[in-house]
Amino acid sequence: MAKIIRKSDSFYPIYEHKSGAKDVTHYCPGCGHGVLHKLIAEALDDFQIRDRTILMSPVGCSVFAYYYFRVGNIQCSHGRAPAVATGIKRVFPESIVISYQGDGDLAAIGGNNIIQAANRGENITVFFVNNAIYGMTGGQMAPTTLVGQKTTTSPRGRSVANEGYPVAVSEMLATLKAPVYIERVALTDAKNTNKVRHAVRKALQIQIENKGFSLVEVLSACPSGWKMTPVQAKQWITDYMCKQFPLGVFRDTSAEIEPSPAVKNEFISHDLFKKLDIPDKPFRAVKSETPPVNYQNPRLKIAGFGGQGILLLGLGIAQAGMQMGYQVSWIPSYGPEMRGGTANCHVNLSNKRIGSPVVSQPSTLIAMNLPSLEKFECEVIPGGLIIYDSSLINRPPARKDVEVLGIPATKIADDLGNTRIANMVILGAYIARTSIIPRQVVVDTLPVFIKRKNLVPLNVKAVDKGIEYVSQ
Amino acid sequence: MGKQLIKGNEAIVKGAILAGCRYFFGYPITPASEIAEAAAFYMPLVGGTFLQAESEVASINMLYGAASGGIRAMTASSSPGISLKQEGISYCAGSELPIVIVDIMRGGPGLGNIAPEQSDYNQMVKGGGHGNYKLIVLAPNSAQEMCDLTMLAFELADKYRNPAVILADGFIGQMMEPVEFPKAVEKIPEKEWALHADADDEKKLICSIQLDPDVLEKHNLKLQEKYKKIAAEVRFEEYYCDDADLVLIGFGVVSRVLLSVVDILREKGQRIGLLRPISLWPFPSFQIAQLAQKIKHFLVVELSNGQLVDDVKLAVNGKKPVLFYNRMGGIVPSPEEIIAHIEKTVKA
Ligand SMILES: Cc1ncc(C[n+]2csc(CCOP(=O)(O)OP(=O)(O)O)c2C)c(N)n1
Ligand code: SF4
Ligand SMILES: [Mg+2]
Repeated sequence: MAKIIRKSDSFYPIYEHKSGAKDVTHYCPGCGHGVLHKLIAEALDDFQIRDRTILMSPVGCSVFAYYYFRVGNIQCSHGRAPAVATGIKRVFPESIVISYQGDGDLAAIGGNNIIQAANRGENITVFFVNNAIYGMTGGQMAPTTLVGQKTTTSPRGRSVANEGYPVAVSEMLATLKAPVYIERVALTDAKNTNKVRHAVRKALQIQIENKGFSLVEVLSACPSGWKMTPVQAKQWITDYMCKQFPLGVFRDTSAEIEPSPAVKNEFISHDLFKKLDIPDKPFRAVKSETPPVNYQNPRLKIAGFGGQGILLLGLGIAQAGMQMGYQVSWIPSYGPEMRGGTANCHVNLSNKRIGSPVVSQPSTLIAMNLPSLEKFECEVIPGGLIIYDSSLINRPPARKDVEVLGIPATKIADDLGNTRIANMVILGAYIARTSIIPRQVVVDTLPVFIKRKNLVPLNVKAVDKGIEYVSQ
Repeated sequence: MGKQLIKGNEAIVKGAILAGCRYFFGYPITPASEIAEAAAFYMPLVGGTFLQAESEVASINMLYGAASGGIRAMTASSSPGISLKQEGISYCAGSELPIVIVDIMRGGPGLGNIAPEQSDYNQMVKGGGHGNYKLIVLAPNSAQEMCDLTMLAFELADKYRNPAVILADGFIGQMMEPVEFPKAVEKIPEKEWALHADADDEKKLICSIQLDPDVLEKHNLKLQEKYKKIAAEVRFEEYYCDDADLVLIGFGVVSRVLLSVVDILREKGQRIGLLRPISLWPFPSFQIAQLAQKIKHFLVVELSNGQLVDDVKLAVNGKKPVLFYNRMGGIVPSPEEIIAHIEKTVKA
């Protein structure tokens, strides 16, 4: 009686995506891809994981893997299958995610993506088809092309001088700590094919048991690219490829890891304001008397050395200003220029909608070092205010058409035992001189932006010293 | 609701989480890094996932994978990083994946600098990747809008199955302003096309390849039909345009400067207004064309070499003069500088 060979349940009954031909694959005769597909599909059947499997079809001859596999399918860009696989696996930890990739895809353009996915220990299974060539694009050189092997882009044979040596992916990835299982197998004779079958299963089993990353490198024939018959091609794998890429297990820690069930993602949607540190009390502005006209709606530029707390000073004014019901904006100088260099920020407080947050013509300049004063003094509007740290700046502002307030902020801060709170002394001086913000509002808002809570009382003291200095 | 003084970049993350986003894939770059940092901090607190990818190329592809699962996911970067993402963005557009991409623009070309520019206009609004696709592009000009438009971006992305972009500049990202956060979105639309790691998945395919030219043309036509529908989502703000002779046009931080310009010149009795595109695509072409009927001239101000102005000119279609003022390299012009330019070039 003839044995009925049934198509695997993990294959579509008809390859209907493919235009024209039915039930023949688009692979060339003797191509390794088809055989590997079959071994994977059988494993999906046997483990009964087809329903929850999601397969990455890469760019390469297996771009149409989704024609065949009756699973969830994602077609990826060239080399990025491990990244795409990471994305979907993180959404469905309970799924079985397979990244199926060629050697150009995995070892050339996507080299970093596979290294990083392996190194993160993504709980995915990678089937890596090494055919030492770019099959799909017509037989160009791959990173795995053998030395001396002729391809359309190594017409005189791969030369070490020009192209270097073939990349040994399995050996390389096996140096990483996270991968659980890495084996190289070959689609040649029945015995080796059986080893491929075994490796495919083992790699999937590891994912089912939630143990981590596994990769099976499959030496595979590309008769078309190699310009050989299927029989010659198989022989070439044995004679040449296996010498360059020895078969075997390069890493296997699977026995040391306990199987665990995959845990489904649970999104949290309650108490979001609390989790996001958003105050959920309704906002109520503090009422106070209006400041003198020349101090209303201030546009401040605050400048000094990095480390003087320039940005924090601006933030203090903005934060308290907001509490007063003003529209406010704060822009810092940002990025690497801040390191050890100068710092400045622009702050607006206004009864009206704020236009430009960038302060080009400040009504108030706070200068905490000489370069800042020299640079920005000329920008202040006539009738504006310049506050400067007179303990660091020995040259008072030259402008005669502005109001000038010198305060030895750094000295006062030093006397309080901490140079770094000179900014808060200035803050006190500013609010005392302009009556723009009552002391209590500043004191109440300090804890919002001072990260180390134990420093709040000292900062309040500094603010008070500033107020005191101006009021004398 | 509570009010919070917060950086635009951080407001994006809080807005995203309130909009139901639970996945963030990113790679550090100034001036966008606070977005990744805030996501790294907050995502795990809400059962979400933050992953620092190995590159922008990887992060957009992680997003591609995650969005295939129908959840709300995002990435953020700045100009050079966006250039790297373009292939992936094209794939997302082709596969019709609803994702949100934030671009906090910096100076270019090349490594340029980290100061605010708007020179990614073309690569985001016109499509910097290959193929006939469009991205929904929203341009916030305040910290409040960084939150609000991020939430809107997720809604529009889902509604049209299309990538949506928040296009802001370094200043809008770095600036702190008070933000009133809205209530969280309660229900995210079901996506029947998405993979769910279940038996139904065999009927689904996330894919942008169509070898048959007839089929690919059909797919393209379908996308173009969709883009026509998205045109209804145009958003803009008008400020004193009703009786204006001169209308200024600019977005992002520039629109804030232009607001000051209008305030100052209105006080002097000049008939000047501002049109601020909030959606850069769809572009408020119709509104600009209507203004062209009644005003005397436009002045476009941008932090790039004449990218936004092209779209304005197309909309005005030669009916009125379109004047142009720009700065590049990360310089934001002051209101005074623009007023001086107006006084020099605009004849009453
Ligand atoms: C970004 C990008 N670059 C180049 C290509 C062209 N391309 C398609 S397949 C391929 C090589 C695939 O080779 P491999 O991964 O070895 O797969 P095989 O066909 O050998 O199975 C290349 C370079 C592409 N599609 N995308
Ligand atoms: S070109 Fe090579 S890899 Fe591609 S289908 Fe043919 S034999 Fe297989
Ligand atoms: Mg190959």
